[in-house]
Amino acid sequence: MRLLYSCPMETSYRIREHPILTFKPGKKVKFRFNGSELWGYEGEPIAAALHASGVRVLRRSVKLGRARGFFCAVGKCSSCMMRVNGVPNVMVCVTPLQEGMQVETQ
Amino acid sequence: MRRAETEIAVIGGGPAGLSAAAVASSLGARVTLIDENLSLGGQLIKQTHMFFGSKIHYCGVRGIDIARILEDLVQKQEVETMLDATVVGLYENMILGILKSDRFWELQAKRIIVAAGAREKMLAFPNNDLPGVYGAGAVQTLMNVYGVRPGRKVLMVGSGNIGLIVSYQLLQAGVEVAAVVEAVPTIGGYLVHASKIRRYGVEILVSHSIVEAIGEDSVEGAIIAKLDDNWNFIPGTERTLDVDTICLAVGLAPLSEVLHQSGCELVYMPELGGWVAVHDENMGTTKKGIYVAGDSSGIEEACTAMLEGRIAGADAAGSLRPEAKSEADRVKREAKLELDSFRAGPFGEQARSGKKKLFTSWVQ
Repeated sequence: MRLLYSCPMETSYRIREHPILTFKPGKKVKFRFNGSELWGYEGEPIAAALHASGVRVLRRSVKLGRARGFFCAVGKCSSCMMRVNGVPNVMVCVTPLQEGMQVETQ
Repeated sequence: MRRAETEIAVIGGGPAGLSAAAVASSLGARVTLIDENLSLGGQLIKQTHMFFGSKIHYCGVRGIDIARILEDLVQKQEVETMLDATVVGLYENMILGILKSDRFWELQAKRIIVAAGAREKMLAFPNNDLPGVYGAGAVQTLMNVYGVRPGRKVLMVGSGNIGLIVSYQLLQAGVEVAAVVEAVPTIGGYLVHASKIRRYGVEILVSHSIVEAIGEDSVEGAIIAKLDDNWNFIPGTERTLDVDTICLAVGLAPLSEVLHQSGCELVYMPELGGWVAVHDENMGTTKKGIYVAGDSSGIEEACTAMLEGRIAGADAAGSLRPEAKSEADRVKREAKLELDSFRAGPFGEQARSGKKKLFTSWVQ
């Protein structure tokens, strides 16, 4: 079976220092991705939280099962649809993360 | 379902929509501003670079700060804003169908200004569907709004201003840029942006493009090669780059769905990014009462979007409020002069000729 996602142990995708921007993230919350526990900041898009945890594959194409991630990150291209709290076809690039969300690939 | 009424409905809260709403409201019109995002500002909220142009175009101010200035203006003018609200249809008699937080609204308007912005274009190459192939706007959103790096090492495709600026922003965020490839023989954007990333040692390869992305479930590399005069790859020039992200900055296309539905005349104009509504100098389409502004009216820049928004907002308000007409005319005159001066440079040539074609076809 092919891996549905890749998830390195360390989360090194978060920018800690930036010459221009300061990031004021919400509070840290836990959520579940395909059953395993991950964390993100409340209110950031689910896709950002997943990406920061090293998850790039958000769903599989219907016919060929090819991996799909996000493309536009602004709710236009529909490439990032996932099942969130049991609801399918949620565009996770524009859906804010909340504590305890159940996020699954579809 | 809920119903609401307004005088001027503005679709899109980016630079064009915010400017249109602020001007129309200052001229006494009742304005409702609709945006599908949770906050206003459109794409400005991820533009960390300083803008060019004159003072009136917010020269030297960063995009993120312009968003805040415009939002304050709109709030001071008491514009009604509907956030998390997507316009899903336009019905007869100027009624907009809006989906707001899973609830359906009907908004009756007298004038509608479409400032919906644009979408990113895609490029055809094998494995372009792999996770890790991201639009330049997506990379900016992830990195500049949410503080998440798109990857560790990036290939940038396209050397227009967006490709160059986002490359620099990637460096600022601590991401390596393996190279910038550009299919045409010259760099597309301003040389000041190109020089900035070159000083950091980033190669800008003109007459080069991406052959294919490598990877099983996500990008693990990219093959690039040199192009000949007929846009064919020259065998033997292939290079494999060790990258985990491919960023596409290959242009934008106007969002014009509502305009298509309105029945106004549209034409396909490659120099403006795709299908655009035929409009006059006051940004009015061929359908009475429906205006267009910003990237929706043809791809340009945030500065021109703000000016077009001012013109559309002033014309719409002036047509509803006879007492405000002379002030509206003054705003339009000023903004048109600014637009002309902004488009006068060599980089404004495409937009200038494209817009001219639109104005003339409207007259016929």
